[in-house]
Amino acid sequence: MCATCGCGDDAGTRISDLDGTVHEIVHDTAHAAAAPHEHPHPHDHEHDHGHQHDHEHDHGHAHDHGHGHQHPQSPGTADPGHSPAADGRTLISLEENLLAKNDLLASRNRGWLEGRGVQAFNVMSSPGAGKTTLLVRTIRELAGELEIGVIEGDQETSLDADRIRSTGRPVIQINTGAGCHLDAGMLQRALGALDPVPGSTLFIENVGNLVCPALFDLGESARVVVISVTEGDDKPQKYPHMFLAADLVIINKADLLPYVEFDVERCVRQARLLNPGVDVLTLSATTGDGMDGWLEWIRKNPHLATAAAGSAPRSGGLRV
Amino acid sequence: MHELSITQSLVEAVLDRTGGRSVTGVNLRIGPLSGVLPDAVRFCFDVVSADTPLAGATLTIDESEGRARCRSCRDEFVLEDMFLLCPCGSADVEVVSGRELLVTSVEVA
Repeated sequence: MCATCGCGDDAGTRISDLDGTVHEIVHDTAHAAAAPHEHPHPHDHEHDHGHQHDHEHDHGHAHDHGHGHQHPQSPGTADPGHSPAADGRTLISLEENLLAKNDLLASRNRGWLEGRGVQAFNVMSSPGAGKTTLLVRTIRELAGELEIGVIEGDQETSLDADRIRSTGRPVIQINTGAGCHLDAGMLQRALGALDPVPGSTLFIENVGNLVCPALFDLGESARVVVISVTEGDDKPQKYPHMFLAADLVIINKADLLPYVEFDVERCVRQARLLNPGVDVLTLSATTGDGMDGWLEWIRKNPHLATAAAGSAPRSGGLRV
Repeated sequence: MHELSITQSLVEAVLDRTGGRSVTGVNLRIGPLSGVLPDAVRFCFDVVSADTPLAGATLTIDESEGRARCRSCRDEFVLEDMFLLCPCGSADVEVVSGRELLVTSVEVA
């Protein structure tokens, strides 16, 4: 644990693949904003294998913006961006979006993905709605048709990534520690670690949470929100931001509909009141009922068409 | 609690512009449709700004109103919730304000 700020590696973001290689440990931004201080990094493992240890610690921002604004403050000619107040304090106009940094990184991710013809789906839901089960089944059903990679986001453990890995597909685990969502910076680093092949399909399984992930653009091609019938049909009313952000809503665990009070029509109506153009599919990732509609949605996604037209077919790339 | 990382972005954005100067005031505008709770930002600000030049700065949040214009009846109305419905019943509405999530200005000593 860091003695200066109390942060531990366990509390930072970790990006790892499943041979135990930790690609990166990144301290969170609060830490970066705190006073710069040194972290010792003891490495006691053998370096006889071919991967890179990129322990990048994003702190110690020595931003010395020496703009040299030496305005002689003659009356009536105040710089509109630097208005001196009566007590000698200066008001600096910023008008900057608080998500601007995330949005900039998301735009870079989007360009990076589009340049490689990779379609990326940001899959979001509350914990336990069935995201991983859906992805495992999707990978199996599209085997031999689409090249699929997965980036898993969880606060802790690689349990979900282990399940994806059992399908034989490449997977990178992001552990957010205390974080409740993925952001564009985390995805940027995970993309570097995963290095998806051109023309492939990428699923980003966000941290299970129906609130926070809605606000953070990752640079994905489309957003898929999964809700399960055991959660209740009032989810769109309770979590409007998530349903406003969605391109597709999947109502999962449809095999349990006979046992729970869940009005599919009511749920769809509420979702479309918030987001009139949203696609909605009802399926069971466990039994496979309704999966065809979802697989067709993936195949028909315009980003896949762009990818197919925009990049030369390669082995390991898109196979139709 | 996404307000924590948003407040971290706020502190970084301000530090980028003010260098090491002592910041005495931070002014934000947060709309009701932004998905961010002003009270949660206030709660996070003291924690995140500690040990930075923003420590102790006065945080002022302009909680702007959510307003929309109906494309059917041309009326402009206040949005009470996230459901974008005009009192006339039309859902064909355009949000005029309420999505703001801005640091408008900072005061430095």
